[in-house]
Amino acid sequence: MSGPSDYQPTNPALKWIERRLPIMGLVHSSFVAYPTPRNLNYWWTFGAILSMMLALQILTGVILAMHYTPEATMAFKSVESIVRDVNYGWLLRNMHAAGASMFFLAVYIHMFRGLYYGSYKEPREILWILGVIIYLLMMATGFMGYVLPWGQMSFWGATVITNLFSAVPYFGESIVTLLWGGYSVGNPTLNRFFSLHYLLPFVIAGVVVLHIWALHVAGQNNPAGVEPKTEKDTVPFTPYATIKDLFGTCCFLLFFAWFIFYMPNYLGDADNYIPANPGVTPAHIVPEWYYLPFYAILRSIPNKLAGVVAMFSAILVLAFLPWLDTARTKSSKYRPLAKQFFWVFVLVCVLLGWLGGKPPEGIYVIAGRVLTFCYFAYFLILLPLLSRIEKPRPVPNSIADDVLAKTGSKSTPMVSTVIALAVAGALFAGSARDARAEDHEEAPPSQKWSFAGPIGKFDRGALQRGLKVYKEVCSACHGLSYIAFRNLADAGGPGFSVAQASAFASDYKIKDGPNDQGEMFERPGRPADYFPSPFPNEQAARAANGGALPPDLSLITKARSYERGFPRFIFDFFTQFQEQGPNYVDALLQGFEEKPPAGFALPEGSYYNKYFPGHAIKMPKPLSDGQVTFDDGSPATVAQYAKDVTTFLMWTAEPHMEARKRLGLQVFVFLILFTGLLYFTKKKVWADAH
Amino acid sequence: MTTASSADHPTRRDFLFVATGAAAAVGGVVSIWPFVSQMNPDASTIAAGAPIEVDLAPIAEGQDIKVFWRGKPIYISHRTKKQIDEARAVPVASLPDPQTDQARVKEGHDQWLVVIGICTHLGCIPIAHEGNYDGFFCPCHGSQYDSSGRIRQGPAPANLPVPPYQFVSDTKIQIG
Repeated sequence: MSGPSDYQPTNPALKWIERRLPIMGLVHSSFVAYPTPRNLNYWWTFGAILSMMLALQILTGVILAMHYTPEATMAFKSVESIVRDVNYGWLLRNMHAAGASMFFLAVYIHMFRGLYYGSYKEPREILWILGVIIYLLMMATGFMGYVLPWGQMSFWGATVITNLFSAVPYFGESIVTLLWGGYSVGNPTLNRFFSLHYLLPFVIAGVVVLHIWALHVAGQNNPAGVEPKTEKDTVPFTPYATIKDLFGTCCFLLFFAWFIFYMPNYLGDADNYIPANPGVTPAHIVPEWYYLPFYAILRSIPNKLAGVVAMFSAILVLAFLPWLDTARTKSSKYRPLAKQFFWVFVLVCVLLGWLGGKPPEGIYVIAGRVLTFCYFAYFLILLPLLSRIEKPRPVPNSIADDVLAKTGSKSTPMVSTVIALAVAGALFAGSARDARAEDHEEAPPSQKWSFAGPIGKFDRGALQRGLKVYKEVCSACHGLSYIAFRNLADAGGPGFSVAQASAFASDYKIKDGPNDQGEMFERPGRPADYFPSPFPNEQAARAANGGALPPDLSLITKARSYERGFPRFIFDFFTQFQEQGPNYVDALLQGFEEKPPAGFALPEGSYYNKYFPGHAIKMPKPLSDGQVTFDDGSPATVAQYAKDVTTFLMWTAEPHMEARKRLGLQVFVFLILFTGLLYFTKKKVWADAH
Repeated sequence: MTTASSADHPTRRDFLFVATGAAAAVGGVVSIWPFVSQMNPDASTIAAGAPIEVDLAPIAEGQDIKVFWRGKPIYISHRTKKQIDEARAVPVASLPDPQTDQARVKEGHDQWLVVIGICTHLGCIPIAHEGNYDGFFCPCHGSQYDSSGRIRQGPAPANLPVPPYQFVSDTKIQIG
């Protein structure tokens, strides 16, 4: 394609292939000999990072698809069985879910780099537009992927986003029905989303090939915005860019690993651990953090169709950038006004993202409208204006001159922007989770949990006591259907032996059949059986509990959360705080009050609880002192029961937590060492290029 | 590109490159393992393959039943005296896959034959009480097994395999 290639293999077999399909020459000219500007900074490593993320998402996705069932009644359970039963299933799932967020983070950085350095300008317009197409495909893929686990957010996010198309005049309803394959989001929708979610990443891969081809025609842009003129301006891609990309990728992997192993639910929503319920909409529907700015723009416009048009326009306007910003100078380094407004624009985007996670009330609405205006004004008013009136600083004569003129200030902007990005990212991520509890509820007190932190472990005694509390108190109304008796003997759990788990199982009567007479019968439990539910179906459960459905407790500590508030959710990222669920459950169990406060109208049949949203809970106080006696002599108090049963329920929600943290430590040690090695290797390779 | 390094003795640069390359190789290989291991049977499949107990009391003499264990069909035959004698009368050396009948049943329980009902040729399920040997006949390619489940005729190379099992009581076995 472009770049010098005098590549001729010496091996006769390779020569034979090369003559018929010159693939080695292609690889050589594109990725080995390819002339790369020698002044590229680390913002340019994100192209390689994105390629790695695409490959990783496809690999983990194809593997997850070997175990996932895309059917509405089985999807949620199949995801849980991946996490619980498939070898390393928890790792693959975490990689894929966190990977989606990392993919979007990398793409936003990649896009902002393009904005700042004018990488969309002539002759790279088509390269840029192909990028916008890739971004749109990524958004579609990410949206459909999030629907697949079929949790509450999956279902309701699908409902809200597909309903957007009903804004289309005249054809809207028909389009939505076509998308749904039914009269509402349901099984047909899930099935087709699965098919398309599997397909689109390969479409993305195809467009990426075009994207790289277009890139290689024009060559990379560079921080000076001056095109290469002589051989002195460039270095061969291998080993220079290759090693630099590898190092950058490794640093990114470290950041990625932090989420996979230590903060797997930080970027997600607790509501998605509740199976989809078409009859109950969550109090705060929020998309994943990477859609939040566009969600804010959508909600800012009071008109339905105009809001939808504004949201899509916010993405499409990017495609017109090369014609909106016609300034000759490419790099904002030499455009002082454009540089300042660029950072203002970044702030606008971050704030829009933060607003997207807030409920659309009061000042948030006004702020949203102002920021939406700012967003469009940047593209449609400011950039064209600056093209005309701005006086840019003189650009260097050549890339070689730019490299020689380096005063060492190159690294500081990188570091400070990384820090700014980290804070912005934490703001974003925390804001998505803060969507709940704008109701000024009292936050549950933070407890000390033995399983918290990077080396946290379950207290085996607490797990066994908690199991006893569950069995003697909670199991009367609440199921635990994701836990099998054999799990009691698994590593990282309550520490039963296989024989003890079998004995425990045989105490239970499990319904089985039909037998040869066609009848159902009861038999003693076996290790492979799951904890039986106290009621045969939902209707029986409601009838026995005054119309309320006691939720299954297997996932309860991951399905509940509360607002941590700013700036705590930023610190949470660094302290690995993931214990909102356990804090809530523990507080709720102890938060019952005999008399509601004055002025509070408690509905008939409900009980007052300090921490339950809305304070009126259908469950009567379940725990009282002396209810359960422990063999190890632990105090028979409500506080002890609450702590132990919550610890037990954290284990039922995530049985492989200890394995996750243990492997995380090993991966981190390796990655830190490897990154260090790569850093020094990169320095050595580049030593003679500077 | 790079300046010609002294190839006389390994330099610090070479050590660094070798170390980085080795770390990359090790990291790569170790990272592959979860992606391969996930295809092995998962915990619920392994749990479903746990041993099963079969009650032999309802099986009359001359009758047989078929149960499933780990997805495989298992024939449990309550053999008649005639079948046992016929199986024991065969000269072992003349069999394509020599094995005595005694080696294929449990001592003291000679009337019970427990075999995996998968033809050792290409995997079809042979039909019981068929064929010239009062044993099994595989309709796919004509393999014939005798009343001890041993191959006598046809393309199958080996006898019907005997799964691991033991007698829990005189009328109950545990398979697996």
